[in-house]
Amino acid sequence: MIDLIVLPLIKIVFVLTGVLITVMYLVLLERKVQAWVQARLGPMRVGPHGVLQPVADVVKLFIKEDLTPARAEKWVFTLAPIIVLVPALIAFAVIPFGPEVNLFGRPVPLYITDLNVGLLYIVSVAALGVYGIILGGWSSNSKYPLLGSLRSSAQLISYELAVTLTFVSVILASGSLSMVQIVEAQRQNGVWFAFVQPVALFIYAVGALAETNRNPFDLPEAESELVAGFHTEYSGMRFALFFLAEYTNMIVVSAVATTLFFGGWLRPFPNVEALWFLGFVPAWIWFTLKTFVLLYVFLWIRATLPRYRYDQLMALGWKWLIPLAIANIVVTAAVKVVLGS
Amino acid sequence: MTPITPAHYVVLSAALFTIGVIGVMVRRNVIVILMSIELILNAVNINLIAFSRQLGDAVGQVFAIFVICVAAAEAAVGLGILLAFYRNKETVNIDEMSLMRW
Amino acid sequence: MGEAIAFYTLAALILGFGVMVITARNTVHSVLFLVANFLFVAALYVLLGAQFLAVIQVIVYAGGIVVLYLFVVMLVNLKRPPEAHRDRRRKSGLGLAISLVVLAEIVAIAAFAVVQPAHLTGPKAALPPEAANNVEQVGWLLYTQYLVPFEVASMLLLVAMVGAIVLARREL
Repeated sequence: MIDLIVLPLIKIVFVLTGVLITVMYLVLLERKVQAWVQARLGPMRVGPHGVLQPVADVVKLFIKEDLTPARAEKWVFTLAPIIVLVPALIAFAVIPFGPEVNLFGRPVPLYITDLNVGLLYIVSVAALGVYGIILGGWSSNSKYPLLGSLRSSAQLISYELAVTLTFVSVILASGSLSMVQIVEAQRQNGVWFAFVQPVALFIYAVGALAETNRNPFDLPEAESELVAGFHTEYSGMRFALFFLAEYTNMIVVSAVATTLFFGGWLRPFPNVEALWFLGFVPAWIWFTLKTFVLLYVFLWIRATLPRYRYDQLMALGWKWLIPLAIANIVVTAAVKVVLGS
Repeated sequence: MTPITPAHYVVLSAALFTIGVIGVMVRRNVIVILMSIELILNAVNINLIAFSRQLGDAVGQVFAIFVICVAAAEAAVGLGILLAFYRNKETVNIDEMSLMRW
Repeated sequence: MGEAIAFYTLAALILGFGVMVITARNTVHSVLFLVANFLFVAALYVLLGAQFLAVIQVIVYAGGIVVLYLFVVMLVNLKRPPEAHRDRRRKSGLGLAISLVVLAEIVAIAAFAVVQPAHLTGPKAALPPEAANNVEQVGWLLYTQYLVPFEVASMLLLVAMVGAIVLARREL
């Protein structure tokens, strides 16, 4: 009874609060990192070194006027941000933050659940997130959001295919769809899948940038393009939900990359006994550290690279990444058959 | 409360099938007709998987995967035909799509 | 007990959303109710122990096919609602009656057939003993015993993809 209901509920509360606080400070971190790359300081006024800036942002978004455009579909307009945010949050149900630890005398696994189709579950919630964007743009009853949402959803669907194909090659290497089993496979082999499947990592990195609508693939929502894309007509709390969803997606994508390619909660060199002192660091700290490094790479890329044009973006997804991902699967399968492992 | 037997699933599947058939026969919007066909295919899938669970054989699920494949192909081609028709005649009312030439 | 509650709730939601799909005035609402229907059908598959098929249902059906429908609905957004033209020759009442007769027949078959469950003819598909996982079972069957239908299905999808692109192009 406790194990079935109370424990997952407590874990869910922990994960949700952790994610929401991380998202708030990720927004601040993005502004700071971009500022430092551009040789300036970023937000410095609110609190020491701008640490209270997220609080100011939240207050601002709460007190903004809540508009609905004229002749917009009220229900769908309200539902769209929710449809974008909920899949991003429920993807955390299968992400393993650490192995089983002993808390208060009972073994508690540091993940909410371990589905035997965990990786496909993440793909399915990513597929559902597309709806919010299409509906957000369509229900605004206005030209720019509609175009922005059609572009954005077409981009998401195209890169979703490439990312799912890279998942297939990771599944081939690990032998299981369950996220916990994938980390276990990396521990048994003693090597992260980033070194076993570098092509898959590259394709996943590009696809993840496109899936989260981040630079260099953020044409549908770039400020100088279609006004603000599909969330032009949203303001106040509804815009906050879209914003939250985008950063939560970033965290999900980084956490999935950490689990699949960088060993999840394992310490570096998990099978080398000489580095036993690294085992003193708790597993979930390793996971968080690796996820933050990947998030920093996201921010770094945004500050550095120029934006892709839309037709270049679609050509990249369909003509280069998908064939490359399929070739990667074929090569991985062939190597697996030859090595017999 | 009686335990849930496959008969329950068959009745559910029959009801969903009938809803799909009603949609195909009564509605005039071609897109809603195509969506009702998807409901029919889903009803068939529920049936297949319920029996796969009762007989303990995974073949039903394999068949259901093929049904989903065929449904995807049919949706794509059906919507392609609809778009080609709409470009010429500017309607999605199936009663107006009754002439072979215009 | 829990399974009964889950089944009846899911069945009510599935049928409810199904009815709303075919009776909604606005086509976009129809599409949204269809998505909800598919998601609850996926939940039903999980209840039946077919987890792989549940996620495939969400990814392919709810996340692919219905997105396609949504795109087409938005591209075909008409000023004049399509139901405005009423064809005199159409007999909707007859269609409804025939559908209800179909339902009665199926329910009769299901209600009487449960007394004598059919006997299995032929052995069950052979599986390796370590394939306990639902995904492994389905994968094993798909790649050994049903390999030819699998390849034919991929050909079918290729043909459908080419066909859809050719049909939807502007110039021929």
